[in-house]
Parts: sequence; C-alpha cells; structure tokens
Amino acid sequence: MFKQLIAALSMGLQTLPQRLGASSVIVIGIAGVVAVLVSVLAMGAGFKHTLADSGRADRAIILRGGSDAELNSNLTRADVDTISNAPGLAKDSSGKALLSNELVTVVNVPKADTGTDANVTLRGVGLKLTEVRPELKIVDGRMFHPAVRELIAGAGAVKQFRGLTPGSVLHLRNADWIVTGVFISNGDVHESELLADVDTVGSSVERNGYSSAVALLTTAADFTRFKDALTTDPQLKVDVQREPEYYATQSKPLTKAINVVGTTVAIIMAIGAMFGALNSMYSAVAARGLEIATLRAIGFGALPVLLSVMIEALLLSLLGGVIGASLAWLFFNGHSVSTLGGAFAQVVFQLTVTKTLIVTGIIWACVIGLLGGFFPALRAARLPVAEALRAA
Amino acid sequence: MKYFPLLWATLWRKKTRTIFTLLSMIVAFLLFGILETVDYAFAHPSGGATGADKLITTNKYSITLALPFSYTQQIRSVPGVAEVTWISWFGAYYQESKNFIFALPVDTGTYFNLHKDEFIVSAEHMQAYRNTRTGALVSSKLMKKFGWKVGDKVPLHSTIWTQKKDGSLDWIFDIVGTFDAKDPTQASQQAQTLLFHYDLFDEGRSFGKGTVGWFEERVDDPTQSAATSSKIDALFANSSNETKTQPAKEFALAFIKQLGDIGFVLRAILGAVFFTLLFLTGNTMMQSVRERIPELAVLKTIGFGDGIVLGLVIGESLLLCLIAAAIGLGLSFLALPIIRLGLQGVELSPTALIPGFGAAVLLALIVGTPPALRAMRLNIVDALADKR
Repeated sequence: MFKQLIAALSMGLQTLPQRLGASSVIVIGIAGVVAVLVSVLAMGAGFKHTLADSGRADRAIILRGGSDAELNSNLTRADVDTISNAPGLAKDSSGKALLSNELVTVVNVPKADTGTDANVTLRGVGLKLTEVRPELKIVDGRMFHPAVRELIAGAGAVKQFRGLTPGSVLHLRNADWIVTGVFISNGDVHESELLADVDTVGSSVERNGYSSAVALLTTAADFTRFKDALTTDPQLKVDVQREPEYYATQSKPLTKAINVVGTTVAIIMAIGAMFGALNSMYSAVAARGLEIATLRAIGFGALPVLLSVMIEALLLSLLGGVIGASLAWLFFNGHSVSTLGGAFAQVVFQLTVTKTLIVTGIIWACVIGLLGGFFPALRAARLPVAEALRAA
Repeated sequence: MKYFPLLWATLWRKKTRTIFTLLSMIVAFLLFGILETVDYAFAHPSGGATGADKLITTNKYSITLALPFSYTQQIRSVPGVAEVTWISWFGAYYQESKNFIFALPVDTGTYFNLHKDEFIVSAEHMQAYRNTRTGALVSSKLMKKFGWKVGDKVPLHSTIWTQKKDGSLDWIFDIVGTFDAKDPTQASQQAQTLLFHYDLFDEGRSFGKGTVGWFEERVDDPTQSAATSSKIDALFANSSNETKTQPAKEFALAFIKQLGDIGFVLRAILGAVFFTLLFLTGNTMMQSVRERIPELAVLKTIGFGDGIVLGLVIGESLLLCLIAAAIGLGLSFLALPIIRLGLQGVELSPTALIPGFGAAVLLALIVGTPPALRAMRLNIVDALADKR
C-alpha cells in the first residue's frame, strides 16, 4: 500500500507543472493568510515583549491603593519616607535605600511620521536611578544633572518622535528643557520615555508628591516580606506589585485586542483560501481523471489515491505557509511602531516574528490545506473507474 | 444587454468551479468591506458631539495637566464664543477595572446648553437631576448593561480622585434619570457615559480644587473657529498654563492617530487580500477561456467580431466580480452592528463600501483582459482543429 501511495503521489507531483496556475492559487492564497496572521500577531507579540521586558522579579513598584496605573497614582513625600524604611529593600554602600521615587506625566511631542502631537511619558526619577535600574545605559550624550531642566530620551522615543536628539530643546510649561543624552534599557517600555530629575519635574508641573516608587529588593524572595510590611502599615494605603506583574497587567488589554482582531481577520481570509484550495484540488482531480482511473484499474486501492491527493494539497499549503511566514518576517520583523499603551502614553515597540508565531502560521496553512484537500481527495478515491476511462 | 443570457450561461458552465470561486471571492469582499468601513471610521470621527461648532481647550503641554477654573470667565468674554463649559477626567470603573465607565463631572447649566443637540432627557428626569446633589444621569444603554434602575445608588471607583472626607476612591451616586442620544449614530459613543454634578466633584475631592481638566466651547460661526481658537490661546500665552484650542473633531482625530497608523495596517491587509484574489479569479478566468476555445471559435465562425468576443470574456469577468462584490459587501453591511459593538466612539458609514465596488471593477479588468485578448486573437481554423 505504501508503495502505491508513493507511486500515486509522485505521479501527481510530476504533473504539477501542467497545472501550475491552479496549484499556485493554493500556495498564494495560503501565503496571504499566513502573512497577515503572522504580521498582526507579531504586533501583539512585540508589544507584550516590550512590556514584559520592563520588569525584574527583584524589583517592586508601589502605587497608591486602587490607582491601577502610575499616571493616576499619588504618593506623598511622607509615604515615600515610610517605604524607604521597609524591610527587604536593597541598600547602597552608605546604607541608603535603593528606591527611586518617580513622578509620571505625559507631554505633547510631535510624531516623526505625521507631525501630530502624541502623548510621551516624562518620568521624573529619583537620584538612585542608575542603581535601581542598572540596565539603563547612556548611548549618546550624557546623563541629565539633577536640579536643572535637563532630560534624557529613550532610544525608541528618539526614533518615533521629533526633536529629541541630544542638544534639542523641548519647551514645556514656560521653560526650556535640554535633551542631554539618549539611553537604552533592554528594549523595554522606558525606551519610549523621557527621564529627568523628579523634583525638577515636580516643580515644573506644580506637583508636590510622587506617582510611584520603584524599589530594588535584596533578593526576589524578599518581595513578600517587603509587601506585607507596607500593606499592613496603617499609615500607608498602597498597592505593591512585582514589576513583571504590573507590566503584564498593563499590556493585557491591548495584546488581547490585537490578537482578537488578527485572528478574526485571518479566519475570514482562511475560509476564502479554503474555497480556493477546494477549487484547485477539484480541478486537479478532474484534470487527472484518466490517470487516476487507470491507476485504479490496474489495482491501486482507494486509500492510496485519497492520501496522495491530500498529501499533494498539504505540500502545496505547506509551501504557502512557509512563503507567508517568510514574507511577514522579511518585511515586518523588527519594524518599529508606537501606539497608545495602557495609560494615555505612547509605547514604542518592534514587531516581533517569534518562532511560535511561525509555527502557528504553518499549522494554520496545513489545516487549510487538509480541509481544502479532503473532499477533492474523496472524489478522486470514489471515481467510477469504467466511466472515467470511457469518457476519455 | 442581449448578450446577458449568453454571459450567464458561460459563467455557470462549470458549476463547481464557479461556486467555489464565488464563495472565495465573497469572503474576500466581506473582509474588504469590513476593513474599508473601519478605515473610513477611523479617518472620520463622528459628527454630533464633535460637530463643527465645538472647540476643545486643553493644556498646551499635556492633556494630564489641569487648567485653572478662573479661565472660564476669560474664555466666555472672547467674541464668537457662544457658550463655554468645563469638565474633568474622572477615570472611573464599576466594581471591576474592566467595567470602564465614561463618568464625567459636568456643570449642569452650561454643559447641557452647549450640547443641547445631543441628549434626550425627559423634563422630569432633568428636574430630578437638578434637585439631587449626588444625582447622576446615565445613558440608557449603560443602565441596561449593568441592570441599573432609576433610584439605584451606585458606587463608582475613581482611579484618580480621593475624597476629602475619608480619603476613599469610591464615590456613590444616585441614579435619578437616563438619557438617550438625539442622533442615533451617536448612541454607541454615549453608551458608557454617566454625567454628574461638577460642584459635588470639586467640593468632594481631596486635591486639585479650583482646576478643571479641559474646557469645551461652542462658537457662533463654525467658519471662524480657527480665529476664535487662536484668540482663546492668545489670552493665556506666556502664562504658566498655556492652552491649546482646536476643533473637537481635530482633537478626536489626533487621539485616534496616536493609536498608530491604523490605516497603514488595514491597507496592507487589504493589499494582501486583493493580491490573492487576483490569482484566484485570474486562474478561474484563464481556465474558463481555455476550455471554451472551440466554442469561441464557433462564435467567430458564425460571425461574432473580434471586439464582441473580447467584450464577452471581459463581461463574464465583470459579472463574476460584481456578483461576488455585491454579495460580499452586502454581507459586510449586515455585519455593521457587530463591528459597532467592538468599536465604540467611531461612526460606521456604508459610504465606505463604495471603494469595494471600484476594486471589483479593477479586479475584473485585470483578470479579464489577458484571457479576453487570447480569445480575440484566436485563429478560427486552429481553434476549431483544437490546436491550442
């Protein structure tokens, strides 16, 4: 039987060039579905990746209770003092807590491509910034100085928005701020932001207090101790989260929306491609009617014939899947875009065509191919031998 | 027209193939229609609330920075400004953070005067609202969503504003009435709205007193809105709270643009759909003509001119594409209410479907021309002898 299958399949594949037009419909139709599916899902994956990379398990973020996001939150100076004495906090050599008290605001900066204003996060950060966030590195220019109106811009923000190169001047509320440098930080969400001294930002926006505090813990295991100390303190009303958890929550709604939209569009396209595949395989079976009938007449079983048609459809769709995924990877992998993230502010991220996405795309291709190949294969297997021979 | 029966007959010559081709194309045009509609909706924020005579004034440097309440009088004195009202962002949800509520503290008199063309509120409900300090007017869609009734007390969690009295983020409102959108196309936009008294908000909050999130203005003459906008901004130039005034429509558009280049994503998908359609339909047309070569030769023999044969094949291609477009785009029109569920705040218009028919004609011409030319150039003798 296996021999029969190989023989039937190779005969089918050898006659493929004669049916190039019809066969290419399967390949191109499925390539289109997979390319769209993988590209759109790559957007969701890239966004999630950017936010997921923003956290370290041994870092905690403290917000006012019930605030959900930094932009809504408000901590007083007294709150931050209390937090800096909590157990489990890492300390520097002089015994000072590794805690960055931060103030998050958004400012209008024009987008590079459209020139329309976009909300960019201006994050006031505490003096312990570089110790709390060791992944942050200046790649151009220098660090800002505290107490003067200087800021550094994330590498992602510099690309997506206008006027953020070192030496540029940003006019914010009556005052000029100088961009002194560009930083990278593992491709995380902060690369979409502008960073400056927290008290200088506070005086500029007339806010006496902070949005959040970011704490480096001695070890990741100290989180529970640290959290319990803060949440049981009657003086404080705060939410304490591990950074990765906080950012995962922030990325969830948008990632979900992108995945739902991408999958819906791809399902609709897949239905179309399946009809295309049905069409091509039916016409392939019709064109090979005489050949198939002859095979049956000389003793080939129905099953090898059925399988050979299905495998042919599968191979064509596999080719389509690989082409589609490659196109998505070629055109969009690493493509940098920005969108409104969780809290009113722009997040710059790169489309990421992951291995999982490529595998997903190819699985989709195979399913479409199998569905589109099954009924034509069934017809081939059931072909009334005598009639088919006579018709020719 | 007299050739229509002939076209119809040739179209259905191979039933299975035509049906599968049509099904495939219908699905493609369905997607085409949906994506075109969404693209159009994002490029054209709805009218009504964002009508041409409405302006919006925000802090020039950041929408999160507040403006002083005292600006109200100065803005009102600007010639051309018919009404001004002030609003703040309340950032509320009900019970769980996924139940977002578009709750807005508004000044009753000026807000309803400014938006008088947008809300239907019964006189009785309006009176009850005016009389109840903790009262709220709720969109009837939102009432239905949570099963609220007039007379209910509902707690809303603000993610921003703590109350002065106990530091709590939970604010309790009495639902005293409901409203509907006057313009039904606005209904989806207002579906999550709850309005309550600005006075209650300003007196109750523990910080930020005397500031407002943004101002909205109605102008006498929409054609003068650019001039009026710059007059308003000039009032506060070089102050510590400079303003940015723009038509409400532009504000909405800028916000949508911040989501990213949605248009590019949609057009890229449309491109991929169109490209695969080209192959699918092109293949069907090629096959159809190839199989009919002897028949076409017969037509020519009995006196059909080259031009007519050309026209017949292009006509068949047009017929195929237009049938698919009509059904597919028709289905996407029927799908509008479903899309509306997922896209609150933007308006969907059937005019967005017109380019779909354009695409169908273009498709028909591209895929019809090569086989039509082949049919036209057919040599009768060779074709009849079946030498392809």
